[in-house]
Amino acid sequence: MITVEHLTKGYGAVTAVDDVSFECVPGTVTGFLGPNGAGKSTTMRMICGLTPPTSGGSTVNGVAFRDLPNPGRHIGVLLDASAQHAGRTGREVLGLSARLLGVSQQRVTEMLELVGLAGPAEKRRVGNYSLGMRQRLGLAHALLGDPTVLMLDEPANGLDPEGIYWMRSVLRDFADRGGTVMLSSHLLREVEAVADHLVVIGNGKIVADGAKDELLHSGGLYVRGLATDALEKVLVDAGLSSQPTRDGGFAVAGDAETVGRAAAAAGIVLLELRPADSGGLEEMFLRLTSNDSRKDAA
Amino acid sequence: MSALTTVPAAGTHRPAHTRRPSLARLTAVELRKATDTRAGFWLLAVIALVALAIVVVQLFTGSAEDRNFADFFGGAQLGTGLLLPVVGILAVTGEWSQRTTLATFALEPRRGRVVASKLGASALLAVAVVAAGLVWAALANLLAPVVTDASASWEFGADGLGRVLLFQVINVLVGSAFGLALLSTPLAIVLYFVLPTAWTVLGSLISALETPAQWLDLSSTTTVLLDGDLTGQAWAQLGTSVALWLALPLALGLVRVLRSEVK
Repeated sequence: MITVEHLTKGYGAVTAVDDVSFECVPGTVTGFLGPNGAGKSTTMRMICGLTPPTSGGSTVNGVAFRDLPNPGRHIGVLLDASAQHAGRTGREVLGLSARLLGVSQQRVTEMLELVGLAGPAEKRRVGNYSLGMRQRLGLAHALLGDPTVLMLDEPANGLDPEGIYWMRSVLRDFADRGGTVMLSSHLLREVEAVADHLVVIGNGKIVADGAKDELLHSGGLYVRGLATDALEKVLVDAGLSSQPTRDGGFAVAGDAETVGRAAAAAGIVLLELRPADSGGLEEMFLRLTSNDSRKDAA
Repeated sequence: MSALTTVPAAGTHRPAHTRRPSLARLTAVELRKATDTRAGFWLLAVIALVALAIVVVQLFTGSAEDRNFADFFGGAQLGTGLLLPVVGILAVTGEWSQRTTLATFALEPRRGRVVASKLGASALLAVAVVAAGLVWAALANLLAPVVTDASASWEFGADGLGRVLLFQVINVLVGSAFGLALLSTPLAIVLYFVLPTAWTVLGSLISALETPAQWLDLSSTTTVLLDGDLTGQAWAQLGTSVALWLALPLALGLVRVLRSEVK
């Protein structure tokens, strides 16, 4: 369980994180989405006590991070997979933290096996690891203390498609067994496949927070029929507001039954009638990103 | 990946109440960090080898009556004392230059305890270097009568050992304090060697600085620890210079580390 309440961080005149509140509950994967520079990493650093907030606060399992007796046994954190000593081997990195956490070296071996770094790879220095291998090591590091909460910043960075699929399965499984997962990304598609809950941040403010299905399908219906013109007329006659899409279908604000009946009454063969794609969220996301890039250009 | 089936259920192997890691455990981890990288290992190895080399040189130079346990032991201390501060600096700054503070402070957010364990580990490493010096000196003292003329006296007092320990612990902790204040390996090493030396040079050049130099020149106030009994004034001078070169950067560094944002 991660609870964030009115978290705010200002750097001089710039407010990097502005009154951010959300919750990550056990049994779910929360995708923390936002374009680069939106305040994702700053929020995560504040949750684990690395950055002092200007105001507001956060708790992990109901306790402020700094008051957790042995934080690594409660929350596994991966903020930057590259922030490891280049001169240590993968096993040594985990071995050091295992000593600090008070878990056995046997657990280190298990975690190395879990992330696929057991064997020759564990004896190589982290400086020689690819980014994908560092992400795997970082996930092993986060899981080392057997925590109930995972907080991962861009964990899919540098992973190949197989690795991304694997990472999703691990996180999904962790949540399905009662764990809480919070992972950040700047790619909607990347978290869409694994998250149940989405929190979207832009320019330091929460712009959307809700169940993934609600957020992704708030864009109404998509309908496509054999006779495009006839279908448009039917929709207008039925009093449904519709927008033609590029592929010859229509985005319709309305429910499936009304659209279906109207089409059936006119004898129009429907090819598709389904909730619209994540258009709404994606559009908002793109808007956020372009706002940011405009600011960068200015 | 076939390993998927072994994904742990969240928190199942964990005791309901976790305890904070003890300072002893944190210090043991810091000791391991100081020795488990190539740089850390070889720095300590070089220090031990420098001590050995100085002892070997003493075997074949100087006068016979200086070839005794106390002189073999004492002779190596200036050389190792020059390098020990680098151990103290690296113990602190290595963590910042490699950005491992992200992981370290996420595992122990009470940063003061991490700093304390780093200082403790550095001091223990200084003690280990002194212990190595004792071994070299003993071996040399056994060997000396065989290969050359030597007094081979074993006369050595606990107070002498105590003063050497103090000398080396001050050296390594001054390094750690510089590391904490600057949080950068090259900057801390350069300033550690340049600042006190510049002060020593200034003190010898400008007559008005002669008296302050006696109180604030760390190299001269600490070297007397190796020479023998200290007068009350010498202890006061030692205390003053340690306050300037150890306590002050340590305090600045603590404020910086405890308050700063870890990125």
